[in-house]
Amino acid sequence: MKKKLVLFCALALLVSAALGGCSQGGKSSDTQANDSASSESSSTSDADSENADASTESDTSSDGTPTTGGSVVLGMTQDLVSLDPHETTDAGTRSVVFNMYEGLVKATSDGDLTPAVASSYVISEDATCYTFTLRDGILFSDGTAVTVEDVKYSIERYAQLQGESSSFATAVNSVVIDDENTVSIYLTEANSEFLAQLTVAIIPASNDDPAGNPIGTGPFKYVSYSVGQNLILERNEYYWGDAAYLDQVEFKFIADTETAFTQLLAGTIDILNYLTTSQVQTLEAQYSDQFNVVEGSMHLVHAMFLNHEYEPLSDVRVRQALCYAVNREEINQFLFDGASEIIGSHMIPALTTWYEESTADMYTYDVEKAKELLAEAGYADGFDLTISVPSSYSQHVDTAQIIASQLEEVGINVTIQEVEWSTWLSDVYRGRDYQATVISFDGDLNPSDWLARYKSDASNNFFNYSNEEYDALLEAALASIDTDEKADLYKQMQINLAENAVAVYIEDPADFVAVSSDYAGYVFYPTSAWDMSTIYMVSDE
Amino acid sequence: MSLHYFIRKFITLIMTLLLITLLTFAAFTVIPGDAALSRLDMDATEEQVEALREEMGLNDPLPVRYFQWLSSALRGDFGESYQYSGVTVAELLATRLPVTLLLAVMSFLLILIISLPLGILSAMYVGKWLDTLINQLSQIVMAVPAFFLGMLMTYLFGLVLKWFQPGAFIDPFEDFAGCVRYMIFPAIAVALPKIGMVVKFLRNSILSELNQDYVRTARSRGARSFRILYGHVLKNALIPVITFLAMVIAEILAGSIVVEQVFGLPGMGRLLVTSISSRDYPVVQAIVTYITSVVVIINFIVDILYQFVDPRVRTTS
Amino acid sequence: MNEQISGQPRRHPHNGDTDFSAGRTVPRMKKKHNYSLIIGLTLSIALALMALIGHFWTPYSPTAMNASAVNMAPCLAHPLGTDNFGRDILSRIMNGSGITYLVAASTVLIGAVGGTIVGAFTGYFGGLLDEIVMRLNDVLLSFPSVLLALLFISFLGEGTENLILALGILFIPSFARIVRSEMIRCRELDFVRSAKVTGVGTLRIIFAHILPNSFVSMLTSAAIGFNNAVLAEASMSYLGLGVQPPNASLGRMLSEAQSYLYVAPWYAIAPGVTIILMILGFSLISEGLRGMQRN
Repeated sequence: MKKKLVLFCALALLVSAALGGCSQGGKSSDTQANDSASSESSSTSDADSENADASTESDTSSDGTPTTGGSVVLGMTQDLVSLDPHETTDAGTRSVVFNMYEGLVKATSDGDLTPAVASSYVISEDATCYTFTLRDGILFSDGTAVTVEDVKYSIERYAQLQGESSSFATAVNSVVIDDENTVSIYLTEANSEFLAQLTVAIIPASNDDPAGNPIGTGPFKYVSYSVGQNLILERNEYYWGDAAYLDQVEFKFIADTETAFTQLLAGTIDILNYLTTSQVQTLEAQYSDQFNVVEGSMHLVHAMFLNHEYEPLSDVRVRQALCYAVNREEINQFLFDGASEIIGSHMIPALTTWYEESTADMYTYDVEKAKELLAEAGYADGFDLTISVPSSYSQHVDTAQIIASQLEEVGINVTIQEVEWSTWLSDVYRGRDYQATVISFDGDLNPSDWLARYKSDASNNFFNYSNEEYDALLEAALASIDTDEKADLYKQMQINLAENAVAVYIEDPADFVAVSSDYAGYVFYPTSAWDMSTIYMVSDE
Repeated sequence: MSLHYFIRKFITLIMTLLLITLLTFAAFTVIPGDAALSRLDMDATEEQVEALREEMGLNDPLPVRYFQWLSSALRGDFGESYQYSGVTVAELLATRLPVTLLLAVMSFLLILIISLPLGILSAMYVGKWLDTLINQLSQIVMAVPAFFLGMLMTYLFGLVLKWFQPGAFIDPFEDFAGCVRYMIFPAIAVALPKIGMVVKFLRNSILSELNQDYVRTARSRGARSFRILYGHVLKNALIPVITFLAMVIAEILAGSIVVEQVFGLPGMGRLLVTSISSRDYPVVQAIVTYITSVVVIINFIVDILYQFVDPRVRTTS
Repeated sequence: MNEQISGQPRRHPHNGDTDFSAGRTVPRMKKKHNYSLIIGLTLSIALALMALIGHFWTPYSPTAMNASAVNMAPCLAHPLGTDNFGRDILSRIMNGSGITYLVAASTVLIGAVGGTIVGAFTGYFGGLLDEIVMRLNDVLLSFPSVLLALLFISFLGEGTENLILALGILFIPSFARIVRSEMIRCRELDFVRSAKVTGVGTLRIIFAHILPNSFVSMLTSAAIGFNNAVLAEASMSYLGLGVQPPNASLGRMLSEAQSYLYVAPWYAIAPGVTIILMILGFSLISEGLRGMQRN
């Protein structure tokens, strides 16, 4: 124990470095272990400041006085895949179950990680062993105590469900219970970025039906779920941190955005994400007294991705020509009223430690330049290009339409091919049978989660990008345990992608969220999370 | 009616149903897109996909899967949804079916209540202005696509006049009256184009009956025209209308697929559309079987009824 | 969507050879002038002319976007307003009705040709082949049309050609029935018998002797089929399974317009009204034709 303490002190600096530049250097220290309350509220205020610079309307979180009680209905245009936190699910499902579950650490709204089920942790110097101390007296939502056995069970179960060949399962060598308060996770090889993976939900080992009877340690607990209808949660009275304001939260599943919007106007739902600009305009013009529009970011890389195996696109000059020919500002204007952040590589600006700003304006809209490059590459008369887009995502279909009209200017004849999502997955994404596609990717707090897919032999490198320099940079970045060095390498990788015009990167789309004026406190996260614990009802004077 | 005829019709009914289910089943094996893939994470590993395919039984040969499906379907078990793990198709349909049925019943009643009197009126005043008016209105109403009508109604009654709250569907099990009030609008959207058709059909059916010899004879004997109308003519004229209405039921079911989309009704049609795109075959298969069964069975019943109502119908093939 | 029944009921299996569709024997209330035909033709020709012009010339390019003219209400520069990309709605309608016409015409063509071939042979020869094909026909007809189109499209993939193909196949059974009943009616008639006796080839009898007799009823069904094809195209495009963007078909425009019902209602009204006029035109023509048939 004593040895561990010494080790801990010696490593405090290293740990904070690994956590990223946003942290104030003490996130992992023992001293912070029990002031969870302060860390919770600080995350809220951080989010406020983040919103404030994006929009003038985003400061609803400071409106009125927070009152405890009440309930809210959040509309979402999909159903949940599974309530079992260890099943592989989609972003929407993760955003919802965020409210019920916590890992040893959890994401904060400013892109950081904060201790949750654990009160503190230590990462060994060689980054192969992560040791966690369980939070004192922490309880599951059913009132039973969280034990180190539950932690071990959860991590092992997750690894097993992910499959033997998954990155998580291959990374974890063993989970060892040191004593009744500490657990160590040994990795098969050094990995300084593994902490972000440990947001894996901790669930009770005794629960044999995690999907049907979800129990976690989050600020809300499960009440009921009906397929295609809704999920109802209520405040977890056993929560270790700041209790949620609301008594009850309903996530209502609605099949499409138009219907969801009409339900919002009708007052059936109180909060709706991912509004289109026309919907925002409607709200502002006619319903400004009933709703506030909070503006944040979707934290996605929205781009037109290109298949480098397809003949004209294998030429870097052609790809650069595409980058010059696409007017990203115009797309932003049409789809998001100019509120999105233009990007130039595969990284979102919110991950400030890793984000390379210079890529954003590497290609500015320039038709002449594009024509020159095309002529140089031998395509002075343009060529035919088919853009495959998943038909269920109107944002992507619209983007493809705008790109089609823009590329016409440089003589490229675009055909848009709408495909169903399942076909997109099997043909485009897995089969790599496409020329170009418009889609957006999400990722976690690790830069490698975003950038590793461009590695020549990555199974999800559906661009068929193959660049030795890039592979070497990635390998070095993964091996490095020094944040500055890592950041430098990741930035070089982003520049590499931009210079080689691997894809036509467009934007991190703006996320407009309508919040009924009875509520405030909406907070954006850079990861998949709709945090309901910060939302409160505004008291009427 | 001969028993022979009944049996023949019944065998045809069964054969048609079998053929339909087999065709839908076979169709899904050739449709691109993988059910296992759409349920997993984008970057799911090969082994995860393979394991899921195995679990879903997608790796078995087609005949094996069809007969497995058929034998459990006959016992009322339509399996589990691919999209929602652990949820049976029956559970899914249990919440959706009432909505679609309510919509169908309401539209059908609307059609009956409105089009029968109008059709008769139109035939009684044939050639007069009332007939012309009804006729022209029917013509126009028939030309309006149901979903456009739905959009117009959403805009006019929902947004401008605020007579109903678009999208604020009310669960029939919680507030049946409220639900019916809400469903009036989609029901009108489904019914209106059909009303035009039934009016025209009924009118022409009555007129052609009036042209029959027995009516002419009755007329020449001086019977008053409305008595003729209510006596034999209406009864005989309604017979083909029954068949027509049976087909209308089938079309209501199909038409509701689109109208449910416009009004955001959580009915079977919307479930079908989303299930097709997520390759949720068990659900699609069940819905297709259900809808086609309704159509085929209604046709069967009408056939049999015909034998009683109209003895003139010969049992020819 | 109602391909099968508008005015032209699917005949019932047991009396598949009789026609109790909108009474053939309607008494003499029709005056000398065939107003239905005149109005129908005027409407259809006007719309077809607009589509034809739209193929070569439109006030603006139907796909040209304009960020400074988004969702504009109808005005002098844009008589029908602009859409969410600042595209001129009039131009898109002129161009889009052409696509809608193309889809509808091709669909009817496939349906009519396919139906004629199937119906002619099965009707003329009868027997087992007839039984099998007609059973298949029944199966196809018991599928609600949207459902079948949905399945077809998921099988073939989305796109204009596939939409035409899917709808065309869907239309075959209804045409086949008409031709078949005509064949059955005529094959025992004297002129056919005498043709047989004089050694005229079977194909010649079918196509040169019998088919011309069913010309008017084919024309009537074609007009109705056209209607249904327009409706079907609109419905399928509305469900996102039809014409691919940035091309405008009327159905596609309607489905896009639905998102903007609040800010730009004119966006939905323009294509919707165009569809109504198109269908009205054709149903008036078919009614007029039926009137002619009676006289």
